Amino acid sequence: MTQESNGYKSGSNLEKVLRNGYFAATAELGPPKNADAEIVRSKAKILKGRVDAVNITDNQTAIVRMSSVGAGLIAHGEGLEPIMQMTCRDRNRLAMQADLLGAYALGLRNVLCLTGDHQTFGNHPQAKNVHDLDSMQLVQMVVGLRDKNCFQCGEELKGANPRFFVGAAENPFGDPFDWRPYRLGKKVRAGADFIQTQLIYNVPRFREFMKRVVDMGLHKQVYILAGVGPIRTPGAAKYMRDQVPGMDVPDEIVARMEAAGKGIDDKKARAAAFREEGLKICVELIQQMREIEGLAGVHIMAIEWEDAVPGLAEKAGLLPRPVL
Amino acid sequence: MIVAEQKPLEEIKKMLGEAQRVLVVGCGTCVTVCFAGGEKEAGILGSLLRMASQLDGHPRTVAEVTVQRQCEWEYLDAIRDRLGEADVVLSLGCGIGVQAMAEHFPSAIVLPGLNTSFLGLPAEQGIWVERCAACGNCLLDRTGGICPIARCSKQLLNGPCGGSAKGKCEVNADLDCAWQLIYDKLKAQGRLDLILEITPPKDWRTSRDGGPRKIVREDLRLQPAEAE
Repeated sequence: MTQESNGYKSGSNLEKVLRNGYFAATAELGPPKNADAEIVRSKAKILKGRVDAVNITDNQTAIVRMSSVGAGLIAHGEGLEPIMQMTCRDRNRLAMQADLLGAYALGLRNVLCLTGDHQTFGNHPQAKNVHDLDSMQLVQMVVGLRDKNCFQCGEELKGANPRFFVGAAENPFGDPFDWRPYRLGKKVRAGADFIQTQLIYNVPRFREFMKRVVDMGLHKQVYILAGVGPIRTPGAAKYMRDQVPGMDVPDEIVARMEAAGKGIDDKKARAAAFREEGLKICVELIQQMREIEGLAGVHIMAIEWEDAVPGLAEKAGLLPRPVL
Repeated sequence: MIVAEQKPLEEIKKMLGEAQRVLVVGCGTCVTVCFAGGEKEAGILGSLLRMASQLDGHPRTVAEVTVQRQCEWEYLDAIRDRLGEADVVLSLGCGIGVQAMAEHFPSAIVLPGLNTSFLGLPAEQGIWVERCAACGNCLLDRTGGICPIARCSKQLLNGPCGGSAKGKCEVNADLDCAWQLIYDKLKAQGRLDLILEITPPKDWRTSRDGGPRKIVREDLRLQPAEAE
């Protein structure tokens, strides 16, 4: 059995960055809705060196895309460290463990355990959903494979076991708000090593959440990365404010996005002004996150806008990334 | 109870095809209570089919009969002699009733007139809601009497997910978030400790995942199985 050295659980770059006390930065890479490896490679090239690790989404929003294992391996080949996302929606415990073994054998070292968006949101609403496990139980299973050398059923895993750095998500603004820190605590007890939050735009409310997390001492047991993301248009801001369950986008953010385009008649110039304001807001959010006690990093979600990440990382003072 | 709803008339007509003589069989139990397949509904459907047969220029005779329970052999025996007068039997029972008739009357062609929807209750007049998924291993003692298997869209045992907003489910704003209900109930009762612990993965063998289920109660059998 290969044991990673220096007491690391997985030896992943993300684990090393966090363990050594750096303020971590992760980003997201959405695999294509086809089998084109070149798309993954070109996105990987944009992100390489700009962040510590990159989430490879798993049928995000319940739309079929290249698998997170496949796209993750391609990204890995480009020198990027993947965080393989894994949802409970599409696979049962047999399939998930098989993929964990395969992904580890291929060199992937981080996994993010998710429930998954409901399939009615995606392009196969007719599909049967699985949910054999929930995200909490998935965390336990991945940790069990690593720390107890056993499969979910309890049977011993003989030979090399997959040693992942295990992540989970939490939405501080999901209801019931009061319960969220406790649910985070459950994920910590399940064995999560790091947490990436849902997109944060309401910083005062997030501070309230983090204060309770710190009061409970959870920040000392798990690395928490705050989710941030640039908004492209006022319409996108309104959509997130009004239509996405569990998201909290304050009116000021929408107003700032709208104001950015005022008086600009040229369509292209207006779109550019919106994007610039969206990036500016995101940089400010990252800077505010750095001041919040208990946070270990930021997770930048520039969905289908990967080329925004280098500039954001630069302007937010996140570069250069540590090389460990 | 079992909640069902009638199939669209067009679908029923298509199923009946060229059949000349149709016997509509209602059921006097669950589907009567949910106004889907009782005596009254059997009568209405029979009339509709007779009218349709005239309008479509495809004359056929349609008779109706309702039994107390389609899912018990003894009640089915009561209509055995009616079967001879029909080319097809259109059952307005749930899926169990349809299968019971198909099994009890092997030569009869039995067709389903209903879609069996779920195990639930009438929340108010005209509205039925699902309450039980028949998973075979009840956990309602730990969730304040609110079932996350039947009522959470993702069957979470450690919910709620991040899509719970203002008490509603991310799937549909008309759906209550089961985990918000569980939280509110346990909080009001001072029993939140019940969901502080991680609920381990469920053993789905008692559910449909373990294959079709069967219960044998030797104490109730008339001819206990002898040692074979």
